[in-house]
Amino acid sequence: MSDEKMIPLWEVFIRPRNGLNHKHVGSLHAADGELALQAARDVYTRREEGNSIWVVRAEDILASDPDKSAENFDPAADKIYRHPSFYDIPDEVGHM
Amino acid sequence: MYSQGLIGANTETQETPEFLAAFQARIDAEEKIEPNDPMPAAYRKTLIRMISQHAHSEIVGMLPEGNWITRAPTLRRKVALLAKVQDEGGHGLYLYSAAETLGVSREQLTQELLTGKAKYSSIFNYPTPTWADIGAIGWLVDGAAIMNQVPLCRCSYGPYARAMIRVCKEESFHQRQGYELMTSLAEGTEEQKAMAQDALNRWWWPSLMMFGPSDSDSQHSDQSMAWKIKRFTNDELRQKFVDATVPQAELIGLSMPDEKLTWNESKNNGQGGYDFGEIDWDEFWQVVKGHGMMNKDRINAKRKAWDDGAWVRQAALAHAEKQNQRKAAA
Repeated sequence: MSDEKMIPLWEVFIRPRNGLNHKHVGSLHAADGELALQAARDVYTRREEGNSIWVVRAEDILASDPDKSAENFDPAADKIYRHPSFYDIPDEVGHM
Repeated sequence: MYSQGLIGANTETQETPEFLAAFQARIDAEEKIEPNDPMPAAYRKTLIRMISQHAHSEIVGMLPEGNWITRAPTLRRKVALLAKVQDEGGHGLYLYSAAETLGVSREQLTQELLTGKAKYSSIFNYPTPTWADIGAIGWLVDGAAIMNQVPLCRCSYGPYARAMIRVCKEESFHQRQGYELMTSLAEGTEEQKAMAQDALNRWWWPSLMMFGPSDSDSQHSDQSMAWKIKRFTNDELRQKFVDATVPQAELIGLSMPDEKLTWNESKNNGQGGYDFGEIDWDEFWQVVKGHGMMNKDRINAKRKAWDDGAWVRQAALAHAEKQNQRKAAA
């Protein structure tokens, strides 16, 4: 077994129904894309979980570094002027 | 990302008291830990052990029931059993995929199962000689598994919790089809009822053992609770299972093989619960250590499946390689 070649890892994304985004659901191993799609159908859609599947080689996905999450994402926290409730308008104007 | 982020990454941590305290603070704040987050090596190791044992249990668990697919008495029972066994395979795959996010490879996990190094639930080392065993497994074994798994949906490790949510959604049908099957037998002829009672007699105690050693003897419990990997102790979950299951047996005219089983009003903070007899822990440890009735058969069946499938894996990879070469040449 140890001399066998590794079967590549794929990440699986499912769209539950039209109008929604594809969402990551898990991963699986398959020799190529066609087999990955078939396996994803068997493993992740046995109960009508979706109507469309994407598979992506896991090694092709780049992830942001969790050690840099503060510098990446914290700057958004003090920019309340990006939200509509920051701005005062007369009550009489109603919904805007 | 999900699995890949860790491969080749340096997952070593400087486990200073400050690091461990900061990690514990995240856990206490009910923050989920995700694959690439820094985590203590022991947290990682505990999760790999738990998730891989769980995955192996699902995969080995296909064998005792698969044994009856061709002999299911009706088409209705056959489609249910086929779907259930297929689900167990799926559950194993969700869990292997969750374990891989911790930096362990599928090849390594498979190797550990095939060499007998890996542990899996002791329950699957019992044989399934009669059709009623299929009912007893669904009702009791899946019932006990659900007790264990529902709190795992809130496990502090994100990928494990997400896998468990999927598993729990699917597991409920497993228990109901088993109980329905037992109900049919219990309402049937004298022989059928006797077969149901016999299966209950054989599966009851091993089902109680599924929750693992008593809290006083469990070596992993305290730290796993502190890390919110586990939410209840083995004994708490076992008690919940007994309290839920005894009335289900009574309802269909079956009885637990335990003379010491009695209602105790003072249990569970005055809500009442069942006192039950002593579990045969010698038997449990014998089975865990590989001396159960079916340990050898189970591993041999997995090895045979792996060996018989070798040409398929090789052919699929060779085909993929050829296609890639053609694409590159074009």
